[in-house]
Amino acid sequence: MKVLFFAALRETMGQSEIEIVLEAPTTVGALKAMIKMPNGETLNAASRNQSIMAAVDQEMVDDLATVSVASEVAFFPPVTGG
Amino acid sequence: MYRSILIQAEDFSLDSALAELKTQSGLAGGLCFFTGAVRNSNLDEAVGGLYLEHYPGMTERQLDQIVDEAARRWQLHGVIVIHRIGQLMPGDNIVLVAVAASHRGEAFEACEMMMDYLKTNATFWKKESISDGHRWVEARSSDQTKATAWDA
Repeated sequence: MKVLFFAALRETMGQSEIEIVLEAPTTVGALKAMIKMPNGETLNAASRNQSIMAAVDQEMVDDLATVSVASEVAFFPPVTGG
Repeated sequence: MYRSILIQAEDFSLDSALAELKTQSGLAGGLCFFTGAVRNSNLDEAVGGLYLEHYPGMTERQLDQIVDEAARRWQLHGVIVIHRIGQLMPGDNIVLVAVAASHRGEAFEACEMMMDYLKTNATFWKKESISDGHRWVEARSSDQTKATAWDA
C-alpha cells in the first residue's frame, strides 16, 4: 500500500511517498506507530506534539479507521487553503 | 444546478467567472461571491510570495463534497469554485467561491459555508516566502470554530 506525505510533514519525512507491505488490514493509529521519521521518532509519537491529519482513500479519517492492504493513506498537517 | 470546480495554476478572471455563473444559472436573481488574494504581510512580517501545495485527487473530491453539502442545504442554481496552486505573488488571486440563488439570503449563507468548509477540509497548504526563508502557514483555530458552527 501507498503512504503519501504533504506540506511540512513531507519536508520532515524527506519524501512524498513510501510503500508499505501490509499482511493484513490494520488501523491508521497502528500504521502511525510503524512509520518512523528521519529523527527516529514514529508518526504516532510526533502526533502528540503536532497535529497530524490522516486520509484513507482520500477521505479524512481518525486513528481508528481501517487501512486495507491496498489503501492509499496520506498524512499531513491541518490544511491552510482559501 | 450548474457546478464548476477548478484547481489550476493559471490566474482567473472574476468578471468572466461571474458572467459564466449568471449565464449558466438562469433562474438566479442573487449572486454572491468571496475571493481571496495573497497578502503582502502576515504575523508582522513582509510576505514576498506564497506557494500553494495540494493533494491531487482528494482536493477535487473534498470540494465536490462541499458543493454537495451547500446544494443539500439551500436551493442553489449555480456554484463556481476556483482555487489556484503553485507559486503566487502578493496581490495574486487565490480562491473564488461564487454562488447563484433565487434570493440573497441563500447566496450569502451558502457562500460563507463553502468558504468555511474549504478552509478546514480542502487539502491545500500554504508556504510563505519571508525575509529569512520560508515558513508553512499554520491553521487557525478560529477557522475550525467557524466550520464546526455549521454542523450544530
